[in-house]
Amino acid sequence: MTGVGSTEPEKSELPASPAGRSANKAQEQQLLAIADDELFLGWRESEWTGIAPMLEEDVAFSSIAQNEIGHARAIYQLIVGEDGDADALAFDRPLDEYRCAPFVELHLLDWAHTIARRWLYETADQIRLAALKDDSDPAVAGLAAKIDREEMYHRMHAEMWHDRLKDEPRFTAAVEELWPYALGVLPPKLRGELVQRVGLAEAEAVERGAHTDDLAPMWEEMTEVRRSAPAGTQW
Amino acid sequence: MVEAEVWELLEEIPDPEIPVISLVDLGVIRSVDVQDGHVRIEFTPTFLGCPALEYMKRAIEEKVPGAHVDVIQDDSWSTDKITAAGREKLREAGFAPPAPRLIQLQSQVHKCPYCGSTETKLENIFGPTPCRSLRYCDNCRQPFEQFKTI
Repeated sequence: MTGVGSTEPEKSELPASPAGRSANKAQEQQLLAIADDELFLGWRESEWTGIAPMLEEDVAFSSIAQNEIGHARAIYQLIVGEDGDADALAFDRPLDEYRCAPFVELHLLDWAHTIARRWLYETADQIRLAALKDDSDPAVAGLAAKIDREEMYHRMHAEMWHDRLKDEPRFTAAVEELWPYALGVLPPKLRGELVQRVGLAEAEAVERGAHTDDLAPMWEEMTEVRRSAPAGTQW
Repeated sequence: MVEAEVWELLEEIPDPEIPVISLVDLGVIRSVDVQDGHVRIEFTPTFLGCPALEYMKRAIEEKVPGAHVDVIQDDSWSTDKITAAGREKLREAGFAPPAPRLIQLQSQVHKCPYCGSTETKLENIFGPTPCRSLRYCDNCRQPFEQFKTI
């Protein structure tokens, strides 16, 4: 699979409208990375709907999924501009043009790993949103602030579970196993803060750019209905 | 059509998920601008993942024919934008209204909308929609929905 990092822009034909933010490629790629993370993690969290260990978590994971996918939608819309097609950007790219971190792709069917990812991801996401809230583009900063308001409740949920499980060996093992993936969510300059908050030693990050084998089946499932209908179908 | 008439029409549109309050009560209409007969309405989503977003936009367009609706994705909405009348309607319908943001985030006191007791506990941060949590009142033994403060 080819990389989707810095070598990408000239072959990437993103359906960005002139009203979009295509003028700033680096920032567009950064926003796209966040949106793709939220889309795919949202999908992963929705996989617990109906089968979580308790009813409260069915509800929690469904709500969290809905929020994350909502954040993805808003960021895609920001990239393509008000009249652009956010769905096309979300669903119609070849796999190697997705910018999501391998962390959000992992198909985790174990509760300890699922909660470990929730907690690590929300911790990383807070750091990245804090940086984005200071962006010089008011549209980017404003949207980041709005997303962050909602994420506060995801963090409360993740912290509650972290407090409950932090001394359980299965949970701590899952956190350690996923740690290199969590580091890969953030650009290198923001990783120091994650190291500090999580309290684990720096490790070699599983970087954004290549994809895991878990992405293709997820994307195929996610886009199955869309691909089966002719372009332009109104639902 | 003048601005006041547009606001009156918008007050008639119920929130699709909590129909006891209108879009105006909910505070999601950020501005109404009427110039040379052209109506422009700025509308902010509550939660970004709200599935009723498109529905509300269409409801506004149907209610105010010819209006141009701009969906604003910035940080201008918070639960502090819910009007006093809106809060009272929520409480009457059994939804605990969100307390003002600055107070709620410090105090962590949540009142039961039925008996007014503060002896309530969190059952689930998440509820039937993204904007609600589930709580239980130890005093009147009534579960209730708490509109999240955001």
